[in-house]
Amino acid sequence: MQGQKNLQKIHQASKDGVGGSPLRPDGTLKVKGEFAYSSDLWHEDMLWGTALRSPHPRATILSVDVSEALAVPGVYAVLTHEDIPGEKYYGLEIADQPALAIDKVRYHGEAIALVAADHPETARRAVKKIRVEYEVLTPITTEEQCLDPETHGYVHEPHEYKSHAYGNVCHEQKLVSGLGVTDEVRALADVIVTGEYEVGMQDQAFLGPESGLAVPAEDGGVDLYVATQWLHVDRQQMAPVLDLPLEKVRLTLAGVGGAFGGREDLSMQIHACLLALRTGRPVKIVYARDESFFGHVHRHPARMRYEHGATRDGKLVFADCRIVLDGGAYASASPAVVGNAASLGHGPYVIPNVRMHAIALYSNNPSCGAMRGFGAVQAAFGYESQMDRLAEALGMDPVELRQLNAVTQGDRMPTGQEIDAPAPVAELLQRVKDMPLPPPLDPEHPDVRTLPGALSNTSHGEGIVRGVGYSVGIKNVGFSEGFDDYSTARVRLEVIGGEPVAMVHTAMAEVGQGGVTVHAQIARTELGVEQVTIHPANTEVGSAGSTSASRQTYMTGGAVKLAAEAVRHELLERGRHRYGWTRDDLSLAGGKVVSASAGVLIAIVDLLGDDAIEQTREHHHRPTVPFDKETGQGFGHVQYTFCANRAVVDVDVELGLVKVVELTAVQDVGKALNPLSVVGQIQGGCTQALGLAVMEEIVVKDGKVRNASFTDYLIPTILDTPPIPVQLLELPDPHAPYGLRGVGEAPTVSATPSIVAAIRQATGKALTRIPVRPEHLTDTL
Amino acid sequence: MRVTFSANGKPVEADDVWEGESLLYVLRERVGLPGSKNACEQGECGSCTVYLDGVPVCACLVAAGQVQGREVRTVEGLAGPDGELGVVQQAFVDAGAVQCGFCTPGLLVQTDALLAADPQPSDTDIREALSGNLCRCTGYEKIMDAVRLASARTCARGAEK
Ligand code: FES
Ligand code: FES
Repeated sequence: MQGQKNLQKIHQASKDGVGGSPLRPDGTLKVKGEFAYSSDLWHEDMLWGTALRSPHPRATILSVDVSEALAVPGVYAVLTHEDIPGEKYYGLEIADQPALAIDKVRYHGEAIALVAADHPETARRAVKKIRVEYEVLTPITTEEQCLDPETHGYVHEPHEYKSHAYGNVCHEQKLVSGLGVTDEVRALADVIVTGEYEVGMQDQAFLGPESGLAVPAEDGGVDLYVATQWLHVDRQQMAPVLDLPLEKVRLTLAGVGGAFGGREDLSMQIHACLLALRTGRPVKIVYARDESFFGHVHRHPARMRYEHGATRDGKLVFADCRIVLDGGAYASASPAVVGNAASLGHGPYVIPNVRMHAIALYSNNPSCGAMRGFGAVQAAFGYESQMDRLAEALGMDPVELRQLNAVTQGDRMPTGQEIDAPAPVAELLQRVKDMPLPPPLDPEHPDVRTLPGALSNTSHGEGIVRGVGYSVGIKNVGFSEGFDDYSTARVRLEVIGGEPVAMVHTAMAEVGQGGVTVHAQIARTELGVEQVTIHPANTEVGSAGSTSASRQTYMTGGAVKLAAEAVRHELLERGRHRYGWTRDDLSLAGGKVVSASAGVLIAIVDLLGDDAIEQTREHHHRPTVPFDKETGQGFGHVQYTFCANRAVVDVDVELGLVKVVELTAVQDVGKALNPLSVVGQIQGGCTQALGLAVMEEIVVKDGKVRNASFTDYLIPTILDTPPIPVQLLELPDPHAPYGLRGVGEAPTVSATPSIVAAIRQATGKALTRIPVRPEHLTDTL
Repeated sequence: MRVTFSANGKPVEADDVWEGESLLYVLRERVGLPGSKNACEQGECGSCTVYLDGVPVCACLVAAGQVQGREVRTVEGLAGPDGELGVVQQAFVDAGAVQCGFCTPGLLVQTDALLAADPQPSDTDIREALSGNLCRCTGYEKIMDAVRLASARTCARGAEK
């Protein structure tokens, strides 16, 4: 009996395994200030690099004179594109971006020249001494200008296009399903609502600035310690520019202070390496905040037109959509963003007839690319605004209308793809609706700090109206459209200090999301050990793919699982071989090899001895295909994920100030590998959505960025952010490791429309543009 | 110029300091205390918050020369003498308030100062006190949890004594 009890104890899932919420392995270092972020790196003899950036969004460069800058004492190198040894262009999907501007600049802030000096201030002063002669051109900035290149010109001359681009259109995707949208289809609808919507340019605004340290190596190569989202794709773009073979460009992840898509493109990587290779000294580059705003791509601003038709009882009949994304000067991830917008742009609804046209433009505005939600965010504001409009036109409850049309498992998306995993959209909405509402505003004793205007003491409760709004959103997980998305993990099991210890080595960029915690949990669960060490992420192991698209737990977590299973298999084989075990009910638990029927067979340390086991595995997800160019049909997405929100807002209708009182989220996560982290991701995602709804926008006028600082680009503070109650649903996806679903992006897709809906309910205003500004609420535009 | 001051109870000196350098730069690049973070260097984000003579300030806004002869305490000085975590530090780890952690050092110092002044702040007090510290990852909810937890633990300890 005692033996059985012990066995139970051994089999008890470790609280630090999958499904538990162990603390972050890097948490202690981070709270002590000892965690080395990329901007903290230091090397003896190191120099500081910085870039000269264009003050013009569009200009021809007539000449560049660096002689004065070179003469500044303490300056070791000044480089222009002429000093680039290899390829001059790079890019994530299309190599259309020069590492340093050649003959022309295409956006405000484009890098033209580089300086390395012994003090950051020396470098900045030297930059000011570089003389550039420009012929300033009128920038191409609006949709109308972009689409009329005959009149307004080309951002890239037609012969410079490196893909299927044409006439300032970087990429487009069409989609038709059912009968499309014709007059006959329109005639089937009893009610038709039309809306035009606009989304401003949002910034990732991670706190840790772009930074890294490049160290020239004896073999002529270079070692770069850098904050990034994908080490291997950086290397792939860097090596040809540096004219080095891949293996001589070695990257190691340095501490990353947030990413949210903004580190998917290169920023200072090539620049630091060029300077290090030229000077033969380590070179550190740390962006100042304004340089960070110039140095990374942003969320695509969008203009959208939606038309929806429904029957009198609320069933959707058709949707006609046009989404125009401003991609800025270079392609970055625009093609994939367009694919997402087109294929997810109708929301999680069953719509028998759909027509969609999504395009990304080249312009002389700042480049746009990946940001949390990736093309699905903009569209969600469009289709969810339409759902509210339709509900109003039909006199229906907006949640009921959504539930009535919600997709569910077995339905087909407008791409024709069957949803082959749970899709509890109606249930998510029901749950979010059923959660208790916050108490009403106390008109007698309001704490002004909790009111719109807060510490500015602009109201004591007068003129304040409350509103409630709902929304739901859909996002794909992982890379889509035929991309062979994979991730690699190496797991080693060895005895250290008399204990079995697992070591996990991947190239996954931990950007704050908690992947390192989850990897340790997976190794513990699969190998039945407590001690797990996480090897620093670098390019000595195969690619882990990007920390984006909500894919890392699915993909690299999946790879760690496969590698750990392979280690377990080898260990048990060793036991079978050595001891003649014939049972097939063996597992590893509590540091022991256990048979379900016969109890403990041997301690792992005894079976392992000095002979460590190491296995490397790649995890590929099931294949997808590109969408058909004209019809948008195809099994393009690996997995869908859904989140529903309810927002409660107070609006000072006199001053146009908004206070979000509460923002509730219910999300299906498939399986919460680490509930604490999952909830944290959802709350963080909701807050970025709040920012987009009411405050965050890079203001660009005539191609010039007007607010490249945290003084003028506002992200939510703790006073702007309300309590965010979260409920998780766990309906396993049969195709995913542990049944999990990617988590990080869905709330950023779904939460913005709920806030705008709540403001509409409070004010009765149509609100077709985000961020909503006081002018929109007081009609003082 | 040469600047001498006390950092986390130890005398430090920095030579060849250019007069435009901030306390933050001196701490991070000259004194070997990179714990205080450089997110905006404009006084907007609070990531660089340190104690200067016991008062929390943005180190990026303090000119290096201003700290001559004064006392600075950074996040590195919040742990106990044997390196064990302080109450606020432990609470941030336990509550899941650390994601990327770039905002964390500044928030820890600000929270430490808040709880020293008011061991049992209301939620609104906490939000007001921390409103100068930006965090881009957490949505602040778990930071609220961490401060409440630190407050509860501080009070429980006070009661034990
Ligand atoms: S770095 Fe000092 S306030 Fe932002
Ligand atoms: S945890 Fe990343 S900024 Fe706060």
